[in-house]
Amino acid sequence: YTAGGSSGAAKVVAAGLLTVGGGVGGTILYAKWDHKFRAAVENNVPYSDWLLGLALGPAYQGDIMKQVRMDSQHVWVIIADCFEKITGSEFLPHSEASAEASHIISAISEISTVPAPCDTESAVKGHCSPWSPSLSCFLSVSDCSAAVSASLEECLASSAKATLQAIGAQEAAVQAITQHIHKLKEAMEAEVPPPEKSSQWKDLEAALADRTSAVNDAETALLKAKEALDSLKSEIDKSKGLKVSAVRPLVLAAEENLHNMVVDLDRVVTKLQSAESESKIVSQYSDLVNEAKLQFQREVSSLTPEIQANWKGLTGKLSADDLNALIAHAHRRIDQLNRELAEQRVREQIHIDASLEQQKLEDQKALEKAVLTAVQHIKEDTRLEQERKLSELREVMEAEMRTQLRRQAAAHTDHVQDVLKVQEQELRADAEQVLGSKLLEQETSYRQLSQEQLDNFTLDMNTAYARLKGMEEAIDSHVVAEEEARKAHQLWLSVEALNYSLKMADADSPTMPLESAAQAVRDSCHDNDFALALATALPEESLQRGVYSEASLRARFNALRALVRRVALVDETHNSLYQYFLSYLQAALLFEAKQEAPPGQLCSEDLDPFRLLSYASFCLEHGDLELAAKLVNQLRGEARRVVEDWLTEARLTLETRQVVSLLSAYANAVGLGTTQAP
Amino acid sequence: MSEKELGKKWDRCLADGAIKFGTGLGLGIVFSVLFFKRHTWPISLCSGAGLGMAFSNCQNDLRSSYLLHRSQKVGLCNKTHSN
Repeated sequence: YTAGGSSGAAKVVAAGLLTVGGGVGGTILYAKWDHKFRAAVENNVPYSDWLLGLALGPAYQGDIMKQVRMDSQHVWVIIADCFEKITGSEFLPHSEASAEASHIISAISEISTVPAPCDTESAVKGHCSPWSPSLSCFLSVSDCSAAVSASLEECLASSAKATLQAIGAQEAAVQAITQHIHKLKEAMEAEVPPPEKSSQWKDLEAALADRTSAVNDAETALLKAKEALDSLKSEIDKSKGLKVSAVRPLVLAAEENLHNMVVDLDRVVTKLQSAESESKIVSQYSDLVNEAKLQFQREVSSLTPEIQANWKGLTGKLSADDLNALIAHAHRRIDQLNRELAEQRVREQIHIDASLEQQKLEDQKALEKAVLTAVQHIKEDTRLEQERKLSELREVMEAEMRTQLRRQAAAHTDHVQDVLKVQEQELRADAEQVLGSKLLEQETSYRQLSQEQLDNFTLDMNTAYARLKGMEEAIDSHVVAEEEARKAHQLWLSVEALNYSLKMADADSPTMPLESAAQAVRDSCHDNDFALALATALPEESLQRGVYSEASLRARFNALRALVRRVALVDETHNSLYQYFLSYLQAALLFEAKQEAPPGQLCSEDLDPFRLLSYASFCLEHGDLELAAKLVNQLRGEARRVVEDWLTEARLTLETRQVVSLLSAYANAVGLGTTQAP
Repeated sequence: MSEKELGKKWDRCLADGAIKFGTGLGLGIVFSVLFFKRHTWPISLCSGAGLGMAFSNCQNDLRSSYLLHRSQKVGLCNKTHSN
């Protein structure tokens, strides 16, 4: 089991690792091939950019930018491709066509170019990967053109400088030559005294030196200029060899400049040559003259050996012989010369012809040379003209193509716009409809809800209000009832106090005056007429003096009883002392029941004092003061007079008690009435 | 208090009686001694007179509450007429 399990686990682990490795490897490979995928992976998966950088190298911005640009201008690339197909690739070479297309793209879309980080050499070698030909070439081209233009400009500048130098040198040489010639002419023809002549000859020599130096300088400058022009030419050829259209106008301009420089240079050279030829003639003439002079000099010196040069200055020193010899020599010479002249005149035509022939030959040569150079120049001119015309034509064609493409693009945009407008309208209508219906729904539901809410709210408010009102009323009634209850309670309390104060009587002494309690009662029943009446019905005596308690009355009665017994026989008519004696005797001899229950109705026999006393005593013992008082009230005569006070007291007490009991009953009733039924 | 009145009256009576008796007795004695040559009859007379006076006083006193004064007497006829 375990072995199988472990091998199974190992298998699972191996399978998992394989899957993961395969996934990662596949991702890397696909990222290598598809840069957009790579960018997406790098954006979404952290640390993937590190991994992919390790595996594939950094994803340089140019590619990404190219990618982006390609994406954004996919439409335009399609257009460019279409254009290529339309124009045909035989019109322009592929890379040039793509370059043209990219030109158009740039013209139409007006994107700013970003120099690709690839170097120009690789661009020149044609680093155009098959899937993005136009853009990569275009980008490399722009770079190369920049380099080429820079180099051309450099060469142009240098050659211009050199040419200018050469021209300047040539001009200087020409100047020097003319100067020299002039000086020579002057030297030869002018009749000046010998010192000045020597200075003249010195000047001439200096001028000659100048001329030679100038000519040398001109020569060297010319060589340099020629070198520079050659280099420029080679540069131009090289750039032409690149076959890059952007450089063409530059190349053209450079060529034109070159041509101009060459022309100028040639012109100057011809000038120089003419000047030189002229100087040659003049120098020949001067040589001849010098020779003649020398000859003459020799002759003169041979004739007159002691005379040296500068014989013109020796006019004073010459003797007559010398002079004659000189004159004879001169005559001879003149004759000779005349003869020569005649000979010359005869031979002049031949000489002239010969010289003409020579001149013709020379002229021919010069003409040929000039013609050659002119032809060259014209050829060059025409070529340049042709090139210019070609470039112009190309530009024109480019512009036309651009306009056509623009028209196409405009047409396309118009069409797309129209389609989009129509779609937009349709969609808008749909959306508006949907929106309208939804809004309506929402509105109605909202209204419904709000109405419901409102109704509910109103209902709640009403119920709440009613409840509130009910509560208020209840509270008010409660308050009222409580007030009533409080008052009743107060009344009851005061009545109780009254009651208590009634009860709180010591034996044989009246209670405290009930005034305060009665006042309290009166105070606690302001608005109650009944209670007020009752409270005011309390007898004055009880208020001022208080009342006796029942016990004290009982006790007093017991004391009284004996007295009453003793004066039982004494009344208004029988009130002598003898009567007194008799009543005393009766009292001593008569025995009655201590207490006897009184009957319901008194008959005349019951009006006997002794009976009454026993009845009253019984009542008193049983707490019925009222009945006792009633019974006692039946006493007549002296007995009555004797118990008068007691009776009054009893009456007072009874009254008070009655009032108090009434009040308490009333208070109880009121209190009961105010209590809320559960 | 009304029940004490009788007692007071009796006290008065007794006091009065005693005084009168004593005074009578004294007077009697005096009279008897002075005027009546020590007969006992003035003593007893005077004392008896004294006692009698006392008795009468006592009786009057006891009756006094029943006596009607002139101001208190009213014509009954008027009363009945007024009813």
